[in-house]
Amino acid sequence: MSEIVKVENLRKYFPVQKSFLEQFFARKTTYVKAVDGVSFSIRKKEIFTLAGESGCGKTTTGRLIVRLLKPTSGKILLNGLDITGAEGEELRLLRRKMQIIFQDPYASLNPRMKIGYAIGHPLVIHGLAEGEEKNKRVLEVLDKVGLTPPEQLINLYPHQLSGGQRQRAAMARSIILNPELIIADEPVSMIDVSLRTAIIDLMLDFRKELGLTYLFITHDLAVAKYISDRIGIMYLGRIIEISNKERLFLNPLHPYTQALLSAIPIPDPDKKREAVDLKGEVPSAISIPAGCRFHPRCPRGMYVCVKEDPELIEIEKDHFVACHLY
Amino acid sequence: MPLLEIESLNVDYRASRGTVHAVEDASFSLNKGETLGLAGESGSGKSTLGLSIIRLVPYPGVIASGHVRIEGTDILELPESEMQSIRGRKVAYIFQDPMTSLNPVKRIGAHFVELIRTHEPNTSAADALGRAKTILESLGILAERINDYPHQFSGGMRQRIMIGLAITLNPDLVMADEPTTALDVIVQQKILDLLEGLRKVYGMALILISHDLSIILERCDKIIVLYAGQIFEYASSKELHRAPWHPYTQGLLHSIPNIELSDQKLSAIPGSPPDMLSPPKGCRFWPRCPYAMEECRVEEPELIGHEQSHFVRCFLYDKKAGSHIERNREG
Repeated sequence: MSEIVKVENLRKYFPVQKSFLEQFFARKTTYVKAVDGVSFSIRKKEIFTLAGESGCGKTTTGRLIVRLLKPTSGKILLNGLDITGAEGEELRLLRRKMQIIFQDPYASLNPRMKIGYAIGHPLVIHGLAEGEEKNKRVLEVLDKVGLTPPEQLINLYPHQLSGGQRQRAAMARSIILNPELIIADEPVSMIDVSLRTAIIDLMLDFRKELGLTYLFITHDLAVAKYISDRIGIMYLGRIIEISNKERLFLNPLHPYTQALLSAIPIPDPDKKREAVDLKGEVPSAISIPAGCRFHPRCPRGMYVCVKEDPELIEIEKDHFVACHLY
Repeated sequence: MPLLEIESLNVDYRASRGTVHAVEDASFSLNKGETLGLAGESGSGKSTLGLSIIRLVPYPGVIASGHVRIEGTDILELPESEMQSIRGRKVAYIFQDPMTSLNPVKRIGAHFVELIRTHEPNTSAADALGRAKTILESLGILAERINDYPHQFSGGMRQRIMIGLAITLNPDLVMADEPTTALDVIVQQKILDLLEGLRKVYGMALILISHDLSIILERCDKIIVLYAGQIFEYASSKELHRAPWHPYTQGLLHSIPNIELSDQKLSAIPGSPPDMLSPPKGCRFWPRCPYAMEECRVEEPELIGHEQSHFVRCFLYDKKAGSHIERNREG
């Protein structure tokens, strides 16, 4: 199998900050279970999407894979190599292979660094190019991401660029090391609609030209449907359904996926849809419900759902769901 | 008489670096019970246009000229004291971020009591609280939570409370400025359903301000598309969806993904919106327009209408007859 990333039973628990007195009296620390047993794999040159509502753990999962965070338990394999415990020099070399693009291009570019310097910086950090050679590569990637004329842009500061241009600059910086995998965390959600498509198209072009693989993280399922090959739906730190996008949208199996899909607005005044009504709101990741974590809100909950945590099982080819209904 | 009538409204922000014409020559009207969507990207002037309807344009913004008539009265000529009685009672505004619009040190009930007693000084606090409880229940919030503080509610619940405050005095017009932008889709859908339900019950008119054309197309009868401070197109949702006239509207509709379509091909609008301190001469959109002609770079198009139902600001459509004969469409 040409899997580039494989994640097995990944967990990340963040301890809840307490005051001194609370620490003194409480018997044990409580945790926010941001990622609570996630397994999936990403195939070479595919766009795999993690989608879900805020707080479902999609961003944390992305950060664990590039090892910006250390997992509490579980395994991360990159090209078959266990990188879960990678540190220091090993981790630095790994980062050449995987890069991350963040949601907010205003925050991810240093306001006091000229664009050319910021984009060439990874080359310096990794000792790959300097001087003339570095400049040449910076101009090349700027041209690739459509920031033209590159000779002028290298001398601008981030505040002189528009939101869309900044996100292009962030993309240029992420591809300059020729990585294999890019984690794109909500890369278009702060970009205006008229500029969004161009950024998405750029991502698709890079996959073709540079053979990139993407982990795309989004809350916007309409964008996910447009861009992805396969989609994993997350709820409270767990993947509850994974499928290729056609099957997922045609035949969503998990009641949560069904509700989520039915809530997406359709840009067509002639279409009215039946919404699946969900009870209540997403519970806190500190006290995840026992059994199936979705059972308190599930419109089709059964007795077994309260007791047993369902496993992710394959229902049809390449379509996995974690639900006792199947 | 229409409920709301806006005529050649101009709103400027007078900054030290120059003047930004945030709203330019806006004219439209809204009837009782109608829903109107104001769609536009960031900086298009949609919020400024909304805020000028209740005369709350923030400093250094000024309403430079024009008329805003509510049931025939030009509110731009009213003294501030009379304006206060219009806000909340005739026109209510729901802001994007409920956390900054609710007072964090006041209980939810106190917000309602203050609102009711400001406008109806003869109502007792107990009566006002009673009314607040009924409203909370109609929003799907337990009446006993009336003594909770804003931080004890989730984002979706807070937005419900904002909606509750907006409808308390039974206004004729409710404006909701990006009411669901900070919320997840499932909560967004519930909030929009709630707003739609209440609107039907109370017969209010609604102006929904959003950057998200999908929710506007789904929820509104009429749509105004704003670009760089100008109304580019104004039509019924169905008309706009079926046959968008302005190249910008066409571009927008081609850039929003629709999950109902398989193998949809999105296309991008080239370039980016203009710097509002120095917008391009002529049509504001010509540098990005695939159909730009010579005159677009020189002259500014006017908003022209066709049978009072579909308006567009574009030279592609014939000026004189006001008909929608397209010129040079292929060229």
